[in-house]
Amino acid sequence: MYAAIGAGLAVIGAGLGIGQIGGKAVEGIARQPEAAGDIRANMILTAALVEGAALVCMVLSFFVAAPK
Amino acid sequence: MNFVCKYSLALIFTGLSVFAFAQDGHEQHDHSQGTQHAQGTEHLQTADPAGNGAHEGGLCGHSLNVEQEFNAGDNAVHHISDANVIHVIGDLYVNLPIILKSEAGWKIGMSSAFHPHHHGNGTSSSDGYVLVHGSVMRILDSRFHQGAFEIEDLTHQEIEEGGKAKTVYNAVIKGECVRLEAKTTYDGGILGGGVTSFSDFSITRNVFTMLLTLLILFFLFRTAANSATRNHGKAPRGLQNFIEPFYTFIRDEVAKPNIGPKYEKYMPYLMSAFFFILGLNLIGQIPFFPGGANVTGNISITIVLAIITFLISTFSANKHFWEHTLWMPGVPAVLKIFILTPIEVLGLFLKPFTLLLRLFANITAGHIVILSFVSLIFILGKAGLSVGGSVAGAAASIPLTLFMMTLELLVAFLQAFIFTMLSATYIGTAIEEPHHH
Repeated sequence: MYAAIGAGLAVIGAGLGIGQIGGKAVEGIARQPEAAGDIRANMILTAALVEGAALVCMVLSFFVAAPK
Repeated sequence: MNFVCKYSLALIFTGLSVFAFAQDGHEQHDHSQGTQHAQGTEHLQTADPAGNGAHEGGLCGHSLNVEQEFNAGDNAVHHISDANVIHVIGDLYVNLPIILKSEAGWKIGMSSAFHPHHHGNGTSSSDGYVLVHGSVMRILDSRFHQGAFEIEDLTHQEIEEGGKAKTVYNAVIKGECVRLEAKTTYDGGILGGGVTSFSDFSITRNVFTMLLTLLILFFLFRTAANSATRNHGKAPRGLQNFIEPFYTFIRDEVAKPNIGPKYEKYMPYLMSAFFFILGLNLIGQIPFFPGGANVTGNISITIVLAIITFLISTFSANKHFWEHTLWMPGVPAVLKIFILTPIEVLGLFLKPFTLLLRLFANITAGHIVILSFVSLIFILGKAGLSVGGSVAGAAASIPLTLFMMTLELLVAFLQAFIFTMLSATYIGTAIEEPHHH
């Protein structure tokens, strides 16, 4: 059960992080629409990195909860 | 095709895929447990005839061939695991070559020697090996190590060993209960593995899928390359036209900005990594044969990919990189020895480690979610007891599964791109030339 709680907490972190990235990216595009392509590529890259960190925690929870 | 046509096609496709999951050896579970139990005793049950759920078991534990309640977690784990046979539908299996090594020598053959039937359980043992739930296990008793014996039943039971509760598998041969052991895994016991008496080098479902992807990619790119040489100087058409944007994308967006002027040496690896991971991800999304094997969600595969990136970036690193990693200029020695250098060395290993975990966790998580949505049908339909519940489950599950599969397509492309781009970044930092201030 605690493994599931841990995984849920990790997802909260990922959600906050990616939400911030998305928000700032959209603001940047609003300020300078011609840079939309660059901004989008960087946003996706950074989102994947943040998600990677959250997924490390999720995998750890899975190992803890793994049936033998 | 107009929109309605395309939408209904997508809906039918997803609906069909539900049946492909549904029939994976659990067709027995779709029928009412009560009626089937009276008829379904073609497998000799040394386990209690009172039925599943009773905890006494028989002399050997609970039979694996007896109908169990639908367990969504076990079902999901079964579908994302590797197997020595490919289960197509019902009792139809595609047999794969098996290559096993034990202290008695090599055994090379086809998994048809085990006669797999329901749930991937073999009904015959061959040279001491048995097929249990699609994977090869070995009989510990050396009396059965030669020739073929008929397996009357396969069971599992909980026993105490070394102070810890363990699940062991047994086979019933000639009325005797013989213990089975799984193949050697080097996971240090985290996932219940360990070093046992035999190693499994077979062509399993994952290896088969990797070879299939290899063939597909080879033919795709060989055709494109041939037409590129033939049509040199002219506008590309057909398959070459389809492949060229990918090549240009990897070269201009991934390789050149991150690696710099010497990018051409590393282009083959980056292209291979990108298309290999992309191809495996996409094949894992196809719900029926020959797709549906969860390859990139298998940590062994991603470990190897990360090791290759690590080796390439380590062996092409120049003096400037090692200087900046291990003995960075301009920092007091005390700080360097105790704090910065250990952190940098740790980072050296941590970067490929996150690379492998990211790919593994993303793909596995996606597969588990899709499998859970499909399991909704069985949970709501009480594993076949309630048709109304199944219909409600299907009505809820099919749109969700459709949505998740679309998201998984995006994730497949994204993860392949991220892996390639981060590999390019690591290689780029390793071969960076010093810029003098």
